[in-house]
Amino acid sequence: MNNNPYLPELATVQEIITETGNIRTLRVTLDNKQRMEQFDFRPGQVGQLSVFGTGESTFVINSPPTRKDYLQFSVMKTGEVTQRIHQLNTGDQIGLRAPLGNGFGFEDMKGHDILFVGGGIGMAPLRTLLLYMIDNRSDYGDITVIYGARSPKDLCFTYEFQEWRDGGINLILTVDAEFPGWKERVGFVPTVLSEVAPSAKNRIAITCGPPIMIKFVLFGLKELGYEDPQIITTLEKRMKCGIGICGRCNAGSKYVCLDGPVFSYDQIRSMGGEL
Amino acid sequence: MAVKIFIATDRLDSVLEKLSTKIDLLIPASLKDDKSAPTGFVPFVPGTAPAFDRQTTTPLKKALLPQVETLLRFEYHKDPQGSPKSSVTVDDQRQVRPTLVFGARPCDVKALTTLDRVFSNGPYVDPYYVERRKNTLFATLVCRQNDAKCFCTSVGGGPADMEGSHLRIVPVDGGYVVEALSPEAQTLLENLADAPDSARDAQAGQIVEEALKRRVGELDTKGSPEAFRKRFDQTDYWFQMINQCLGCGVCTYVCPTCYCFTITDEVENLKGERLRSWDSCMFYHYTLEASGHNPRPTKLERYRNRVGHKFSYIPERYEGLLGCCGCGRCIRSCPVSIDIRQVVGHLKENTSE
Ligand SMILES: Cc1cc2nc3c(=O)[nH]c(=O)nc-3n(C[C@H](O)[C@H](O)[C@H](O)COP(=O)(O)OP(=O)(O)OC[C@H]3O[C@@H](n4cnc5c(N)ncnc54)[C@H](O)[C@@H]3O)c2cc1C
Ligand code: SF4
Ligand code: SF4
Ligand code: FES
Repeated sequence: MNNNPYLPELATVQEIITETGNIRTLRVTLDNKQRMEQFDFRPGQVGQLSVFGTGESTFVINSPPTRKDYLQFSVMKTGEVTQRIHQLNTGDQIGLRAPLGNGFGFEDMKGHDILFVGGGIGMAPLRTLLLYMIDNRSDYGDITVIYGARSPKDLCFTYEFQEWRDGGINLILTVDAEFPGWKERVGFVPTVLSEVAPSAKNRIAITCGPPIMIKFVLFGLKELGYEDPQIITTLEKRMKCGIGICGRCNAGSKYVCLDGPVFSYDQIRSMGGEL
Repeated sequence: MAVKIFIATDRLDSVLEKLSTKIDLLIPASLKDDKSAPTGFVPFVPGTAPAFDRQTTTPLKKALLPQVETLLRFEYHKDPQGSPKSSVTVDDQRQVRPTLVFGARPCDVKALTTLDRVFSNGPYVDPYYVERRKNTLFATLVCRQNDAKCFCTSVGGGPADMEGSHLRIVPVDGGYVVEALSPEAQTLLENLADAPDSARDAQAGQIVEEALKRRVGELDTKGSPEAFRKRFDQTDYWFQMINQCLGCGVCTYVCPTCYCFTITDEVENLKGERLRSWDSCMFYHYTLEASGHNPRPTKLERYRNRVGHKFSYIPERYEGLLGCCGCGRCIRSCPVSIDIRQVVGHLKENTSE
C-alpha cells in the first residue's frame, strides 16, 4: 500500500455474478499489475470498497490467497454504498483499500477437524477459508460445512457446491422450508447442526451469519461440548477508517477493524463493551 | 540569541504582527465581535484582541484535526466512445503551512499526547495529522487562575505543564514573559522584543513556581480501567448518572481529546471530494448498522462508552495513557450540568470497596 492509508488503490471490475435477489459478487483486479501480483492477504481479511462519490464500505475478500487471478467480494444490498455497488458494470473503476483486519488463524487450525456453520451472506467470510483449506486439503482432517438460507434462491455460491464436494468437503445444505425440487435438508441451521452433531473432539468451529442464527448456533455448539476457544466468528460493526483510528468500531478497548473481525468466543467474552 | 523576551501588553498586537510575518499564527480570541461571545482559536490578523484571560470555549484540537478536511479529490472521466464505462482519477495532494499557536493552555496542549498516540503511533499512521503536527509549534500560557471545573493535575497535567510546548508564556505585571523551550522557538523570538528586566524575570519565575505546585482538581484516576469494567453491567447506576442527558453531543465537540470522525463523499457532476469531519459517539446514528442493529441504542450505552473510552479503553490500549486532559469543558458546556468527575470519582470508590 502507499503511505496514505486513506487513499484507495484503483481497481477494475472484471466480472459480476448475481448470487441472489439482493447479493452480487464482484471479481476485481488492482489496476497496478505489479501490486496485483504481489498482493498478499490472509483468509478473513477485508477490503474497503469505494465507489467515489457515494462512499466506502467493508467487505470480506472471499476469494482465497491461493487463487489470485482476482479478488472477490460478495455484496448484499442494504443501503447507499451497497446499492451503488450493485449498479456497477464490468470495466468500471472502483477504489480498494486492502487487506485490512486480522484474518483467520488458519495456521493453528492445521491438523484439526473443521466445522463451518454459515447462514445467508455469512457464507462469504467462510468461503475464503474453505477454499484455502481445499487448496491445502491434506493439512486438515474432516471438513464439514453446514450452510443454510431461507430458500434455495437465497443460497450464494451454488455454482461451486460440486467443486467443494469434489474437494473433500462434507457439505450439508439446508433451507428453512420445503421447496419444489429441493433435495437437500430442510430446517433452520441450528436445528440441522444438532442433527448432524459433529464431534467437538479436536475440532474448530467457525460460524458466521445473522445475529439470531449465531446465538442459537452458539447454544447448539455448547450442547455438543465445544469450548469457547474452539469457536471462532467474525464480528460486524459499523466502520469508517478501517485502520483503528476513527474510533467507530470499538467493542470495549478492541477495534473490530484492526483487532478483528475474527475473534474466538473467549476473546469476545473478555472484550467488554457493547456488541 | 534571544531565549526570553518581555512583551508589554500595549505592544502585544505589533509583536504578534511581526511574528506573523515569520509563521502563521493561531490565537485564542472571541469567535464573534462581542467580548462575551464564545472563544476559540482563530488565525491572527492585526487588531485581533487575544483572549488570554480565560480558557477558550472550543478546544485547540482543530489546529491539528480540522472540523472538516479534504482527504482526497476524485474526478470521473467519461468514455469518449460513449460506452457507460467510466474511469476515475484520485489524488490526495495537500499542503501544510508552518503554524504557531500562541496562547494555548497547558491542558489543551497536553491533550495532544492522546491524539498523537491514536494518529501517529501506528500500526497505521494518519499522514494528515502527522504533517500538521510536525509543522505546528505551541506557545503555552501558564495558568495563573483555574476555575472550579478545571481538574488538570488529577489527570497528569498541571497549570504549568509544558509537555509538548515550544514556548512558555508567563503573564506578569504589564505584559508577558515569553521563553523559548526549543531551538526552533529561539529563532522565532529573534528581534521581536527586549529581554525582560530582572524584576519581571523574577516575577515570572515565581509565578511558574507557584503554578507548578498548585493542585487543580482532587480526582484520583488510578485503577480506573478495572473499576470501569466492574461497573460496566450496573445499568441502574449508569441510568441514574445519565438520565438527564439530552444527547446534544456538545461534550464531545468541546473535548480536546475527542477525535472520532466520519468520512463522507461530496460530489457534483463528475468531480468530488472525500471529507473527514468530526463525529460524536453521543449520537444514535454513530453506531447504527445497515441491518438496523445498534450496539449502543440508548444514551446509557453511549455515555458509558464515552466514560469508558477515556478512562478504561484508551488506557488499556495505549499503555495507561488517559483520554482526558482535565480541561473541564464538558462540565462547563453541558446544558444539564452532567459532571464527568462524578462517575470517575465513583470508580475510585468502586475499587476500594
Ligand atoms: C468486517 C466486516 C465484513 C463485512 N463483510 C461483508 C461482506 O462480505 N458482504 C456484505 O454484503 N456485507 C459485509 N459487511 C457489511 C457491510 O459492510 C455493510 O452492509 C455495508 O457497509 C452497508 O453499507 P451501505 O452504505 O450500503 O449502508 P448504509 O446503511 O447506507 O450505511 C452508511 C454507512 O454506514 C456504514 N455501515 C452501515 N452498516 C454497516 C455494517 N453492518 N458494517 C459496517 N459498516 C456499516 C457504512 O460504512 C456506510 O458508509 C461487512 C461488515 C464488516 C464490519
Ligand atoms: S485545566 Fe489546568 S491547564 Fe487547563 S485551563 Fe484549567 S488550570 Fe489551566
Ligand atoms: S453535553 Fe451533556 S447533555 Fe449534551 S450529550 Fe454531553 S452529557 Fe449529554
Ligand atoms: S473503523 Fe475506524 S477505528 Fe475501526
